[in-house]
Amino acid sequence: MEQAVLYLSLAAAFGLFMAWGIGANDVANAMGTSVGSRALTLRQAIVVAAIFEFAGAVLAGGQVTQTIRKGIIDASSLSASPEILIYGMLAALLAAGIWLLVASYFGWPVSTTHSIVGAIVGFAVVGIGLTAVNWGKIGAIVASWVVSPLLAGAIAFVLFLSIQRLIFNAEDPFRNARRYVPFYIFLVGFVIALVTLLKGLSHIGLKVTTGQSYAIALVAGLVLMAIGWWRIRAISREPRIVAGFHFANVERVFGVLMVITACAMAFAHGSNDVANAIGPVAAIVGIVNSGGNVAQESPLPLWVLTVGAVGIVAGLVTYGHKVMATVGTRITDLTPSRGFAATLAAAATVVVASGTGLPISTTHTLVGAVLGVGMARGIAAINLRVVQAIFVSWIVTLPAGALLAIIFYYLLKAMFGGG
Amino acid sequence: MRRYNPILNLFGRSPVKPLQEHMAKVSECVHLLEPFFKAVVAGDENRVRELQEKIAGLENEADDLKHDLRLHLPRTLFLPVERRDLLEVLTMQDNIANRAKDLAGLVRGRKMVIPEQIGPLFIEFVRRSIDACAQAEKTVNELDELVETGFSGTEADMVQKLITELDRVEKETDQIQVKVRGCLFEIERDLPPVDVMFLYRLIDWMGDIGDYSQRVGSRLQLLLAK
Repeated sequence: MEQAVLYLSLAAAFGLFMAWGIGANDVANAMGTSVGSRALTLRQAIVVAAIFEFAGAVLAGGQVTQTIRKGIIDASSLSASPEILIYGMLAALLAAGIWLLVASYFGWPVSTTHSIVGAIVGFAVVGIGLTAVNWGKIGAIVASWVVSPLLAGAIAFVLFLSIQRLIFNAEDPFRNARRYVPFYIFLVGFVIALVTLLKGLSHIGLKVTTGQSYAIALVAGLVLMAIGWWRIRAISREPRIVAGFHFANVERVFGVLMVITACAMAFAHGSNDVANAIGPVAAIVGIVNSGGNVAQESPLPLWVLTVGAVGIVAGLVTYGHKVMATVGTRITDLTPSRGFAATLAAAATVVVASGTGLPISTTHTLVGAVLGVGMARGIAAINLRVVQAIFVSWIVTLPAGALLAIIFYYLLKAMFGGG
Repeated sequence: MRRYNPILNLFGRSPVKPLQEHMAKVSECVHLLEPFFKAVVAGDENRVRELQEKIAGLENEADDLKHDLRLHLPRTLFLPVERRDLLEVLTMQDNIANRAKDLAGLVRGRKMVIPEQIGPLFIEFVRRSIDACAQAEKTVNELDELVETGFSGTEADMVQKLITELDRVEKETDQIQVKVRGCLFEIERDLPPVDVMFLYRLIDWMGDIGDYSQRVGSRLQLLLAK
């Protein structure tokens, strides 16, 4: 294959740029609830995000990457001209990146996921043909965009109601918080570990049976629970802060839980969103490495996942911390108990989606989860204009991403001499 | 490259703290009624003037807080309580401060004198009315805890008790009001008729302080009942 090095470097550069953008903006959204609820300082949040985004991307990011890479397009008709797929994937990366820049400029809450999916579909329809798009898969993906915020909202609602019942409505909320919070910690560890084990780890060569997965997840949950229990034991009732806000002591206990949930959220985000940047890269790398075979079954190279993870962390460190600081200082209305319910619900939903290979929007899922807490009368004021803005951004992003991808596809095709 | 942040924009400004700040201002204003009427009974004109200006000033500040809060409650805000109920609590709180200002304004404007015979009883009436207002403030201050618990459980029970206590204090102010009126009736023949008319009005308005305080409580009770 000619120009293999050029294709690979372009793919890596565009992919890295996308990953940087995700790290700069989306991570702050995912971690905003943790910083906002004062469970983590800004510095701690950055360290947590860097570690767990990386882990999530490498350990559990494989499935979604495969979907973006070859689940959307049926490329079998392209075996004679694999370059078309390469141009298309490059065009999709460029289109999504540019669209995100434009949307940022106008202040629209668009999703990275929606942009890249729209771009790939756009290229496929025009570059290959209507039949090249795996419409069944697209249907499932679009349905998951509707279901994920609703599901996260429902989980958050139930979680927050259980917190109210078990802890806030009790005779002695502080005692009950110390008693029940370790079980919530167990829940976080168990759910995240289980979904990751069941769905995600085959690409790094780790084969575990379902039974083993349950056992390992159980142990992971128990270990986390023990750590949490030990941390909570150190929190004693401070009578002097009882005077102002009665539940201040309870919230200190929830602070421990929130730290763990924040890790889970960063992990979940890494597992789903890194694919938006490296899915197309993986497709290009696969074609080039197999010498032009579009139907290659070669496993996803680990270094590609690592490139995405490095890009995200770079974006976070160079720019994302500023966004995180803004989000963190301005969300003052979120206590650790509410932040926990919203974040765990979102993280669980996203990790399940990652395991199933569905690329969803982490931000929109989190918005759904926060609304769920609000439905349980847990948040003093929620601005419903955001929901409206998200709705509009859905309708605009898919065609916009598609249109841009088509333009870039023809530009690249012309530049490289028509393939 | 500054992205619009959906998470950040999702959180509207909570109306709870501003509502509590408004009530604190109202309460501060009402608490001045005690030194004010003591000065009236003692015939200290300078002090009366000074305190009347303070009361009017505080009422103005409360008004500013009220307008600010109303402006920040757009219909697109999703609240754990009915927006209308919240605004009604605010209106009731505002009525308390308005009445305090009316009282002070009337007394100073007409250079009113409170007859010696009813002086001590009237001060007792003022004091108990202030207690009712303070109790209403205490109840409003539980609002953030109510949001935290989702308006149920022991916290809701506790607020219920605060409201019951508020009703009891208000009933006491009613009883004292009857007594003050009775005393005034005994001596009204010896006083200029126009002065007597306005003294009755003074007593009525003072009673409003307790009434409005109680209504703040009953509006809050509506928030619990969902």
